Amino acid sequence: MSSRDRGPLLEAQHVVKYFPIKRGILIQREVAQVHAVDDVSLEVQRGETLGLVGESGCGKSTLGRCFVRLLPLTRGEIIFDGQDISNLTRRGMRPLRRELQIVFQDPYASLNPRKRVGQIVGAPLAIHGIGDRRERKQQVQELLGKVGLSPEHYNRFPHEFSGGQRQRIGVARALALRPKLVIADEPVSALDVSIQAQVINLLADLQEDFDLTYVFIAHDLGVVRHVSDRIAVMYLGKIVELSPAEELYERPIMPYTEALLSAVPIPDPRESAARERIVLEGDVPSPINPPSGCRFHPRCRYATDICTQLEPPLVDYGNGHLAACHHPLNVDNETLARATVDERRSPAGAHEAAKPIQPAQRAR
Amino acid sequence: MAERLLAVRDLKVSFRTEDGIVRAVDGISFTVDEGEVVGIVGESGSGKSVTMMSVMRLITDPNVIYEGSIVYKGRDLMGVSRDAMREVRGEEIAMIFQDPMTSLNPVYTVGWQIEEQLNEHYDLKKGQARRRAIELLTQVGIPRPEQRIDDYPHQFSGGMRQRVMIALALSCNPDLLIADEPTTALDVTIQAQILELIKNLRREFGSAVVLITHDLGVVADIADRILVMYAGRIVEEGNKEQIFYDPQHPYTWGLLGSIARLDRPKARRLTAIAGQPPSLINRPQGCSFRPRCPQAFERCRAEDPQLTAKVGEGHLDACHLSVEDKRARRDATINPELAETA
Repeated sequence: MSSRDRGPLLEAQHVVKYFPIKRGILIQREVAQVHAVDDVSLEVQRGETLGLVGESGCGKSTLGRCFVRLLPLTRGEIIFDGQDISNLTRRGMRPLRRELQIVFQDPYASLNPRKRVGQIVGAPLAIHGIGDRRERKQQVQELLGKVGLSPEHYNRFPHEFSGGQRQRIGVARALALRPKLVIADEPVSALDVSIQAQVINLLADLQEDFDLTYVFIAHDLGVVRHVSDRIAVMYLGKIVELSPAEELYERPIMPYTEALLSAVPIPDPRESAARERIVLEGDVPSPINPPSGCRFHPRCRYATDICTQLEPPLVDYGNGHLAACHHPLNVDNETLARATVDERRSPAGAHEAAKPIQPAQRAR
Repeated sequence: MAERLLAVRDLKVSFRTEDGIVRAVDGISFTVDEGEVVGIVGESGSGKSVTMMSVMRLITDPNVIYEGSIVYKGRDLMGVSRDAMREVRGEEIAMIFQDPMTSLNPVYTVGWQIEEQLNEHYDLKKGQARRRAIELLTQVGIPRPEQRIDDYPHQFSGGMRQRVMIALALSCNPDLLIADEPTTALDVTIQAQILELIKNLRREFGSAVVLITHDLGVVADIADRILVMYAGRIVEEGNKEQIFYDPQHPYTWGLLGSIARLDRPKARRLTAIAGQPPSLINRPQGCSFRPRCPQAFERCRAEDPQLTAKVGEGHLDACHLSVEDKRARRDATINPELAETA
């Protein structure tokens, strides 16, 4: 049986993560909640790279951390390799930590400055009691070679490395236990463009060598398109569009995706000048009191009354392309008639009958 | 013909350290005309920030050594006293930085900070400074400026903070605005807003802008002229069209190739520039880019290439390859897969 037949590697079902905001000195009362992730359902297939994009504060990193249970869930379930891990204790999680790893954004903050590279990369091996000291050293040196550093770097400290090299150390540490799933949380955002390309190519090579599945979190759509098989677009804690990578760029359905794409700078002056740029007004609204209905409506140029009242369900437009929008773009009437509401993945609060009736029209 | 605003000639900035002399900027010359937008592009450590910090005379390290001249409106800033330099900063040249959180004072309201700057440079009555500050916040697109003026920096989002920084920079109508990676810490959507704002302000105020970035995509839309810096030197200089459509230096090709582009079919691999920027203490012999350059040949080791015009007026590059060789080879570097199919 090939691994593909065994269902998704990771499944999130109606995952909710709220952070409480507390007031008071002795007796702390909860006064409000930050709705960081609000009813997200999606699958990560074996061997694929799922891109997770959105602006700062949209909940993409929180979702990534929920996936590997670095954060406890408020509600919902996470099923990894057929096992429900949402309620496991720390001890119960420990054997699974070998299979779920994470690479962090900031290569300066995520490496202990007082530890040598060998200790940093070897720590996961030591914790899980793999091999003796000598074997571990050999394994770490091999790993360093695999991520494009040299075995002589074993005894150096993180400060002796540049940003790109440090990110390689972070990658080596994540791979030390031969995990199945790696969450890459903005792994290249802090790096120069030229170094970004090196790290992205490295991640692609390692995916092949180690048979990895990635969840790649980023806000740069150019990078995400390059690495991903499928992409989920998040806005204020919700998945607003989920699509095969190329399709998302060719015909974005959700106006938010359209705006995100148009904001990516293009290194070609003539095309850049010719392109219509949709500049989104203002910032992402507060996730403490998210807007009613469709959460994107205050910034959407197609918004109408229905958008302020009803939360749109995730609608399946065929070919694995889902979007939550009352006024879909790049959709003809025929596709729209065929489209169905995805009841399993739609948030519980969405109105299941509220399938869009007609393609988008510029309201303002 | 626009007036010359800034002329930097043979600027060298080095730092004495325990390990030796770090030549952060190693003999660069360039000019900025009135109302012009100049982009300075290069990797971290290429000297782009140090160059512009030197123009502002903001480097406080006692181990710094300067050589060369920085002439602003006909006056050499190198010889200007500290007090006179304070007048120049703000009124003539203003700067915005990458991280707006660390460049605003967290214990004062943004209004206080803008008013302080106005009072420092102009003789204003109490209410006047506040009115002007509100006006500035309106101009940079901050909603409800009358209320937000009394907020502290932490109450603003990253994009809004950068707008406050721009308001602060514009408060004394400078003729030259230096923006050091103004959008690097921001989301693409907010980056688009800030770039749009800088473009509009340049139209309205007519100030010249020097935009420092590591991303060629950012300057494609906004810059008139582009300087590409590597290891403390300019390796290519030209107008926007020349740099993007006829790039001459292999380093520029590498920068263009490493961008994951949305306007092209998806490439199998990005063309990264191999290796790391060189040590600025022991610069490689010959061309500094040689160790990372796939095109390098014997002459690159023996001889340091000079920045000269080979292909057209105002288009300078420092590379030993002949123009024909460059044009024949560059597509294979910038986009190998497109070159294969063509």
